[in-house]
Parts: sequence; C-alpha cells; structure tokens
Amino acid sequence: MIARAYSRHAMRTLPGLPGGVRAARTNGSPPTLRTDEVSRHAVRLVSIGRTDDTVSLGRFADLPTLLRAGDLVVVNDAATLPASLFGCTQANEPIELRLAAPVDGSRLIGVVFGAGDYHTRTEHRPPPPPIVMGDVLAFGTLVTTVVVAAGRRVELIANAAGDALWQVLYAAGAPVQYAHRTEALPLYSVQTAYAARPWSAEMPSAGRPLTWDVLLGLRRAGIDIATLTHAAGLSSTGDDALDRALPWPERYEVPRRTVEQVHAAHARGGRVIAVGTTVVRALESAANTGALVAGSGVATLRLDAAYALRIVDGLISGLHVPGESHFELLSAFAPRERLQRGLQLAAMHGLSSHELGDSCLLL
Amino acid sequence: MNITGQGALVTGASRGLGRALAEELAARGARVALVARDPRPLGDVVASIRAAGGIAHAIAADIADKDATHRIAGQAHGLVGDIGVAIHNASSLGPTPLRLLLDTECEDLAAVLEANLVGPFRLTKVLAGAMALRGSGTIVHVSSDAAVEAYPRWGAYGVSKAAQDHLSRILAAELAGTGVRILAVDPGEMDTVMHAAAIPEADPATLQRPIDVARRIIAMIEDDAKAQSGARLAAPSWEAVS
Repeated sequence: MIARAYSRHAMRTLPGLPGGVRAARTNGSPPTLRTDEVSRHAVRLVSIGRTDDTVSLGRFADLPTLLRAGDLVVVNDAATLPASLFGCTQANEPIELRLAAPVDGSRLIGVVFGAGDYHTRTEHRPPPPPIVMGDVLAFGTLVTTVVVAAGRRVELIANAAGDALWQVLYAAGAPVQYAHRTEALPLYSVQTAYAARPWSAEMPSAGRPLTWDVLLGLRRAGIDIATLTHAAGLSSTGDDALDRALPWPERYEVPRRTVEQVHAAHARGGRVIAVGTTVVRALESAANTGALVAGSGVATLRLDAAYALRIVDGLISGLHVPGESHFELLSAFAPRERLQRGLQLAAMHGLSSHELGDSCLLL
Repeated sequence: MNITGQGALVTGASRGLGRALAEELAARGARVALVARDPRPLGDVVASIRAAGGIAHAIAADIADKDATHRIAGQAHGLVGDIGVAIHNASSLGPTPLRLLLDTECEDLAAVLEANLVGPFRLTKVLAGAMALRGSGTIVHVSSDAAVEAYPRWGAYGVSKAAQDHLSRILAAELAGTGVRILAVDPGEMDTVMHAAAIPEADPATLQRPIDVARRIIAMIEDDAKAQSGARLAAPSWEAVS
C-alpha cells in the first residue's frame, strides 16, 4: 500500500505495473498515466468541467483561450527552499533534515530521516536515531540544537541567524528530491517564474507551466493575475501517523491588492482560478469568517467533496489518481466520475502525473 | 517609485558605486541586500550601514556563477522580503592592464560576458516575475560609455556593456505594461578602484564621487515619468535630489 498520505506532490508507483507507471483505477478499466517529467513549455492540459459534463485535452500554452476576459488567476509566489539538509547527530549518525516550514528567525521546523538519500523512496527510508531535546544536530557549517522533538518531527535553533543563517542554509541545502530521479534536482528546476520569498518546503508545482509567454498571454487576453504567498509543506514524512495529519497547518499571506482583485473579478462576473491547492487553502482560509480578509494567517482547512468553496471558482493542478488525498481534494471541484473520465482521457494521450508533469483545469 | 520601504538588491556592493548605491538606498529607508564575492569588505559595508541606522544584509556570492542565481534571490527575499529595486552594478573589466580585443583570450571574453551580461540576465529572470505580478519594480543595469564608443583596449568590457544595453531594451519591450521598468544607466567616470585599474594615470580630482552618482541614479529610480522603461540614461547630466 502507498505510504504517502498527503499527495500534493506524492510520487508513487503501484506494485505490479511496469516502468514506473501508476494507475488510475476506474470501474474495471484502469487507465495508466506516465510518470516522467515534462518540459514546462510542453505541458498538456486536461480540462474538466465543474458544472458542464465535459472533459477535453489541450496545451497548457493555450490557457489564455480557455479562460474568459475578466477572470482572475491567483498564484502562490512562494519560492522553494533548499529544504533538504544532510548532516549528523552528536554520535555521528547520518541524518537528513527536511524543512517543513519557513525559517522563523533562527528556528527551523522539519522532519528528520535516518541514513540514506533520495534514491530510497521516502516511505522506505529508515527512521532517524532517537532525538531528544538538547541534542546537537550539524548540517555542514549549520549547527543546531533540538528544542522540540516529537518522534521525527523536530524544532531546532540554529547557531546563526539573519545573514549568516541564510548563507549557510543556501550553501548546505538542496531541494527535497524525488526518489525516481537518477540525478539530483537543482534549485532552479523547482522554482516558478514568479517565485519571491522562500517559504515552500516543496515546489508549488501547479504554477510551473506558467511561463512568461502564458502569463503575458493571460494579460493580453484581459485575464487578471494576482499573487499570494503560501508555505507549501512536505508531501511526505515517511511516518504513517504523521502523514495522516498532512497537510500540517501552513502559513499564508494574502496581500490587500489580491483581495481587491478577487472582489473586482467577482463583481464583473469573472471567475477566480487558483493555481494549485495551496492557493485554494490560503484563499478559503482567509475567507473563513465569510469575507476574504487581507493579511497573514495559518491554513488548517481540509478540502474534500463536502467542502463548499466560498472564493475559488476553478483550479489548475497537476494530475492525481484515485487513492491519493489530492484526488479527494479535486473532488471539491468536480464529481469523482468526471475526474476519472478526465484521467482516462489523460492516460489515453500519454499525459504524465509527475509533479513536474502535465496539468488539469477544473472550471 | 518611492524608495522608502522597498526591498532592494545591489550587486558589486562592497565598494565603489555599488557601495554608494547601497548606502544611499538604506539612508532613504530601503531594506537592502548587498551582494559581493568577498565576504569581508561586504561585511564591513553592511556594518557601517547598520551603524548609520539603515537596514542592510550581506550575501556573499559571485554573480558570474550560474548556481548562485537562485541562492542570491532566495537569500535576498528571505532577508529583505519582496524586492522592488534591483541594481546590476557588479562588473568585470577582464584582465588589466586592459588589452587590445585582438589580444584578448576567448576565455577572458567569455568570463567578462558571464559577469556583465549572462549573470545579470539570469538574476533578472528570477527577480522580474514577482515584480511583474505585483505590478511594480525597477531593474537598473549600470552601463558605460564603452558600450557606445569603440575604445581600443576596452573590447571585452565594451562588448559586454553594449550587449547589456540591448538586453535592457529587449527586456523593457517584453515587460511593457507590467509595471516593471528596466533602465540602463551610464554613470560617467568615477573615482573608484575599478577606474584606477582601467586608467591608472587618471587624476582622481577630475572624477565624480560615487555617492554623487548614486544619488542621481536613485533620483532616476524615483522619477517614473522621466526615467521610462527601456531608456539609456546618463547620470552626469541627471539632476540629483539630495
């Protein structure tokens, strides 16, 4: 069975299928999706109607023609942290720390893994050696003291802050990696074209195919674009109990300008299209009192078929198969049966469900 | 554009014009990320800006290093938040004493292009997206009259600066309507270490002070109406606001 509970990025292969193919099981006919990376310029897009019973296939680059003038596209501008740090305990046992949240002063919050590297799937990585408060964990020149330890989830205080902490973090860290790759992903390959503050533990990957060409095309077509910042966390901790609680509460910030853009879009009859589930979580959390409020907060919202969306009208996402929690999340936007037909169309045309793969539009 | 409260990034900020730009931006209330290769003089400049009450942060990195691009952008955003102003000031003359272009090794030309053209291009690509979606930002390329005049012995540098001027114009055309301004600024001759390396015989008394040029460049950044995107501006003839 699959160990990764929260599949915003979950990359899984099902046993018994050849060549890293994963299955979208429908009634008796399991369509299979490719799991290879796709150039951000060549991403394809499955459109799935929210209210009309249609599924269709196109190019992501044609997104401006799939939306209407007056619509608003909202993106998560969080840059991806070099969240994976290899180091060792005081007893010289090898460990990996994966940051799960933005750097907060000299405090680092994350999950510790035992020996090994990204070539081993997260769920198969050995647990870390026992870690208790007061332990010293060193990652290159970054030396930290454990102040909170709850199993493999830790909070650490670094021996540096400010300029020095950021310098050693970017020197010692690398992006969280994917098990199936032979070579490590460099930092540039996990950034969107509009990345700003480094808040995300893993890439807000729904925005990866938003090239400048698409962004400028949206503007030319009279489609507005707004930003917010949401600290996308880890997709997997390798621990079943922790995974079941994913996504953890995540910090977000919605600018006043974005609130105004959302109101203006709705006032003119436009639709608000979230790029990625982090944007849905941020906008719906920022509106949990009824009206959308600017400012920062912590998203605790869980989305599923029963959730009634207040702000968001549509979603751009990667492709996700039944059995992943992300698929359940997509069911807040369209009936499961229609989602599955969309996946079948994707499978028929060889689309990829990799987090750096193809996309879907639920609108 | 009002400088106060902006996040700003300046490359080549440990000395000369870059230092003066960082000092002046901080004095006007910007939060400034200073980038330079050598951490020691960089730390001294940051300390002196902080001592004067400004907000300054050090990022030790080489703009010519491809792998440093996202490190610089990530550290800068982590330290100063959203970036509204980026000044590409770092540049390389290539080997000094300056050689004829015909005597320049191709590796030396490539290294100069990497520092003066490709590095700024990479960093702009990383910084401009967030600026465009926020609808505001200014990116300045520090140019030179060597970009326009064909001075013998200034070949590698002149070629890089001419290409950088055109980079500015094309970026400005592509970013039209987004709220991101791209400026190329010829600072004129200044009393700096770089100038001394290029023209050791120059009389410093005849050269501009970097701080005076920095004030004029910041006046350009603040004057959206007069300093329009895509323009190539000359600092010596620009009125400084002191």
